[in-house]
Amino acid sequence: MVELVWLIPLLPLIGSVANGVFGSRLSKGTVGVIGSAAVGLSFLIAVSIFWRIMTLPADARSIEIVAYNWLTSGGMSIDAAFLIDPLSTLMILIVTGVGFLIHVYSSGYMHHDKGLWRFFSYLNLFIFFMLMLVLGANYLIMFLGWEGVGLCSYLLIGFWYEKKSAGDAGKKAFVVNRIGDFGFILGLFLLFWTLSDLGAASLNYKDVFAAAHQIPPVTLTLITLLFFVGAVGKSAQIPLFVWLPDAMEGPTPVSALIHAATMVTAGVYMVARNNVLYSLAPYTGEVVAIIGIGTALFAATIGLVQNDIKKVLAYSTVSQLGYMFAAVGIGAYTAGVFHLMTHAFFKGLMFLGSGSVIHAMSGEQDMRKMGGLHGHMKITSITFIIGALAIAGIPPLAGFWSKDEILWEAFEKGHVGIWAVGLLTAGMTAFYMFRQVFMTFTGKCRADEHTKHHIHESPGSMTVPLIVLAVLAAIGGLVGIPFIFADGTALHQYFAPVFSHGAHAVVAAEAGHGLEILLMAVSVAVGVSGISIAALMYYAPARKYAPDFLAPEKMAETLAPAHRLLYNKYYIDELYDYLIVNPIKRLCRYCLDFDLGVIDGIVNGAGWLTRFTAWVSHKFDIYIVDGLVNSAATFVSFNSLVWRRMQTGYLQHYALIFVIGLILIVGGALLSR
Amino acid sequence: MTDIIAGFPVLSIIIFLPALGALFIIFSRRESVEFIKWTALGATVLTFIVSLYLPLTFDAANPSFQWVEKTVWIERFGMSYFLGVDGISLFLVLLTTLISIICVFASWTDIKTKMKGYMALLLLTETCSLGVFMSMDLFLFYIFWEAVLIPMVFIIGIWGGGRRLYAAIKFFIFTFTGSLFMLLGVLALYYYHGKLTGVYTFDATVMWLSPVAPYIQWWIFIAMFLGFAVKVPLFPLHTWLPDAHTEAPTAGSIVLAAVLLKLGTYGFARFSLPLLPNASMEFAPMLMVVSLIAVIYGALVTIAQRDMKKVVAYSSVSHMGFVMLGIFALNADGLKGSLLQMINHGISTGALFLFVGMIYERTHDRQIGSYGGLMKAVPVYAVFFLITVLSSMGLPATNGFIGELMVLIGAFKAHWIYAVIAVVGVLLGAVYLLWLFQRVFLGELVYPGKGEIKDLNLRELCASVPLIILIFWIGLYPRPFISGMEASIDILVKRFEINSKKSMLDTNRVAAAPDHSQGGASK
Repeated sequence: MVELVWLIPLLPLIGSVANGVFGSRLSKGTVGVIGSAAVGLSFLIAVSIFWRIMTLPADARSIEIVAYNWLTSGGMSIDAAFLIDPLSTLMILIVTGVGFLIHVYSSGYMHHDKGLWRFFSYLNLFIFFMLMLVLGANYLIMFLGWEGVGLCSYLLIGFWYEKKSAGDAGKKAFVVNRIGDFGFILGLFLLFWTLSDLGAASLNYKDVFAAAHQIPPVTLTLITLLFFVGAVGKSAQIPLFVWLPDAMEGPTPVSALIHAATMVTAGVYMVARNNVLYSLAPYTGEVVAIIGIGTALFAATIGLVQNDIKKVLAYSTVSQLGYMFAAVGIGAYTAGVFHLMTHAFFKGLMFLGSGSVIHAMSGEQDMRKMGGLHGHMKITSITFIIGALAIAGIPPLAGFWSKDEILWEAFEKGHVGIWAVGLLTAGMTAFYMFRQVFMTFTGKCRADEHTKHHIHESPGSMTVPLIVLAVLAAIGGLVGIPFIFADGTALHQYFAPVFSHGAHAVVAAEAGHGLEILLMAVSVAVGVSGISIAALMYYAPARKYAPDFLAPEKMAETLAPAHRLLYNKYYIDELYDYLIVNPIKRLCRYCLDFDLGVIDGIVNGAGWLTRFTAWVSHKFDIYIVDGLVNSAATFVSFNSLVWRRMQTGYLQHYALIFVIGLILIVGGALLSR
Repeated sequence: MTDIIAGFPVLSIIIFLPALGALFIIFSRRESVEFIKWTALGATVLTFIVSLYLPLTFDAANPSFQWVEKTVWIERFGMSYFLGVDGISLFLVLLTTLISIICVFASWTDIKTKMKGYMALLLLTETCSLGVFMSMDLFLFYIFWEAVLIPMVFIIGIWGGGRRLYAAIKFFIFTFTGSLFMLLGVLALYYYHGKLTGVYTFDATVMWLSPVAPYIQWWIFIAMFLGFAVKVPLFPLHTWLPDAHTEAPTAGSIVLAAVLLKLGTYGFARFSLPLLPNASMEFAPMLMVVSLIAVIYGALVTIAQRDMKKVVAYSSVSHMGFVMLGIFALNADGLKGSLLQMINHGISTGALFLFVGMIYERTHDRQIGSYGGLMKAVPVYAVFFLITVLSSMGLPATNGFIGELMVLIGAFKAHWIYAVIAVVGVLLGAVYLLWLFQRVFLGELVYPGKGEIKDLNLRELCASVPLIILIFWIGLYPRPFISGMEASIDILVKRFEINSKKSMLDTNRVAAAPDHSQGGASK
């Protein structure tokens, strides 16, 4: 079964081509079935591979399967090869599993769209590239997937291309991602070059990791930092996070699949995949952790005041990704990937839930115009609340276990600062999530009558995926429950073959369970307080117990400057426009002027000069050279005009002149005497 | 000098088949436009089919020239009719024969007047370009090199757009001036090589066995550089390109971008490196810097363009800078990457000009601002355009990625800073190409003119599908291409290294000789 791994990415590719070529002629139902079935079958194969490798002994769980030789040149040989190991297996389960649910959901959500076939074609193509990214056995295949998902993200964000903002958002996402890729590809070169020097020229994970300890630490730090630049772009961290909120222009299933569950976590996957390198570069780890936790806090503060239902989720995603980076940065790879998984469940769920809400609200996304939807759409509401509880870190839901493991490991490894900021962020997360829940599902409906009239629960194709994801968001964390096993959680055991190379991987339990339970209690308390504050501010029945200053309007007024700053997202977009985009545009303009004015000016000037010289020569030729020649001729002809008169041919004239001459001579002789 | 013709003269047949077609066309009646078009198509297709004989019988392990034809031409001056193809020229020959078919397709309805002269000239362009890629005698090379200029100038000057005369004359003067310097270089090389070895010949394969003294190389390099660099075109000698491209008819732009620009970079790789190894080494860092300026500067100027054709034209400056960068990295990776990029640029830029031409034929407007949302009206065209754009910006799984990657690896080996700056160029490439795509194809549907705008017809599909296939073929399975050029490039690099050492030794010997005699005299 493991040998059939190439089918996993191939099926969605076939689905994509089939829908892309024939989709416009097929019925919408068929298009949806083809698209979903392609991913569903991949999921089944992924499950069977999962079972297969679980039967193998732990150290035999890493299998490389070569499809064909992609590129051979000199010392470089790159295979189109897949790597099956616990990490990639979990990733393909998430990608195909959550992907399948979102495909099913899309066939309901996008049913009225004319371009449904195009949508499914792109979506399948995305799954293909995402699977290549996580399944590749070398960096170049990963890069193929890496760029490919970026492309699909571009296409899908701009899916409703007739909206200019959608096209702009797509391009912004692609270009910002490319800035990150700039780092990634340079890291790749540096890695390849360094390994060539060491006589191990290869881009295969296996070879690279085997040779990693020979790489000088400074070089390795640089390589890992460059890779991290790529991750910062793809996973929307400071300072390259600006594209993700804009990416919400895409259809909501896209936000769920690409911008929450899968693609944006590629950076986390990449760092986890390279845990051997990152473990040997502690300085990079620090940078990753600090940027991660910084992003977590920063994005959470913006999330506090947003009113667009999807924007809140977008900033929440940025924030949660920061959490994951904080985890992998401090070497808690299992915790990071654990959170990646649970986040895929609950954030995928919440995005799909918000899609269901938007569907019901006839496209309205502003939470200020919602309210009281619980009465109209119970399934959406309850599943959404499960997701919110999970992300808020309420036990025993999935988010609690993964988030708590990150916090615990941070504390336990001595990163108290990261723990504290993480805890603060957790509180904010609980707050803005329940602010969203209360604004959307409780209270009175603030929509206009027309919209109100249309509010309805979504069809089964949409609610069933919601229910499945809600179940996963509820119980998905159980694989990571501590205390039960002597040597770490089930997940730790599962990941041991991949992460045991990383120096920090094994979690020691010396600190004792007592402290761990205490910290758990603290984080639950923080989560509950976040929810409570949200309730006091936004939940009508609780409002009457709230102190006066907690009224949202009052608060926005008292803290007006802060509110304005947060509401405008710290003016980061404006800052980038001012500092980077506009100067580059101006530079392009200058270059063009230079090209036309100076370079072409010289060329045309040379042409003009040649023509001018030619003109001068021409005139010189006519007036001076020819003038001399002609005036010589004129001189002669003028003289000849005079002297010719004398040659009359009459003998008497000559005789007369002869006589005159004689007289003059004789007279002169006589006079001079 | 001996005559070598192994088997039947397939290379001559390939070169002169299009010329034969042109002859047929010249003797046909002016009014029989259909006959002329089909004859041109037949000639190019036949040439392409015959040229397929080359990859089928090509021995990839053999680094030297194959299907060699060599016969004395003017014995007194050591000139010969010497043709040969190796791994370096093979793909350029195939590219030329393929692109020529596409050019005929692209001209089918685009050209409205004087079809007879046009098609004849187009076929002559093909003959001359093929001659350049196959000639191994420097004089023969020069003749084809100059000859290719003439049909091209007429194609631009007669069938071009509004400023066609300006563009044609600019193109002519630029390239002709460069070529004269190149001729000077060739003659100087002939003279000094003869003086050094006693064998006066234009045979490049003989000449590169014993390179002339480095200080002479230096001057010859500059002379030949002017000839090659104008064709590339390398910054700052590039300003003829946007004008020529913009004014030329679609097929003219395609052949210009896909084939003629390659003549310059081919010249550097084929002749400058092995014949002038020391000078090449000395100039390499400077040329890499200039190439990088071309990459970045070309990209920046492209971003500011408002005319579709100008976007593609200026992007060529940037892309060809990439090719130059790979060549003057002076290592096998860079050279292989460059050669592949020459092919890739031919495919993707050729395709972009083809596509711009298609839309221009429908609306007679090339301003980007006149369009929007074409995705809705012409979806197939839009998808093809997108694939080409992605290939041009080097997305993995397309051909551009493989070439760029290898050039970057080569540049990185020369010095990491070259690769870092070059990657910025790649980044900017994404900006102007995506922006072009976004403005033309996304947004609300807008296009100039009234009436429906039609998607690709069968003829246009025939012209574009081969290019799309090649984009993915080279992107997903580049091995046949890379292994085909590998042996020849390796021997080029080796020859380059040996020669650069050898001519240093020669200089030392020459320098040492007088010392010795002086020493003898003083005794």
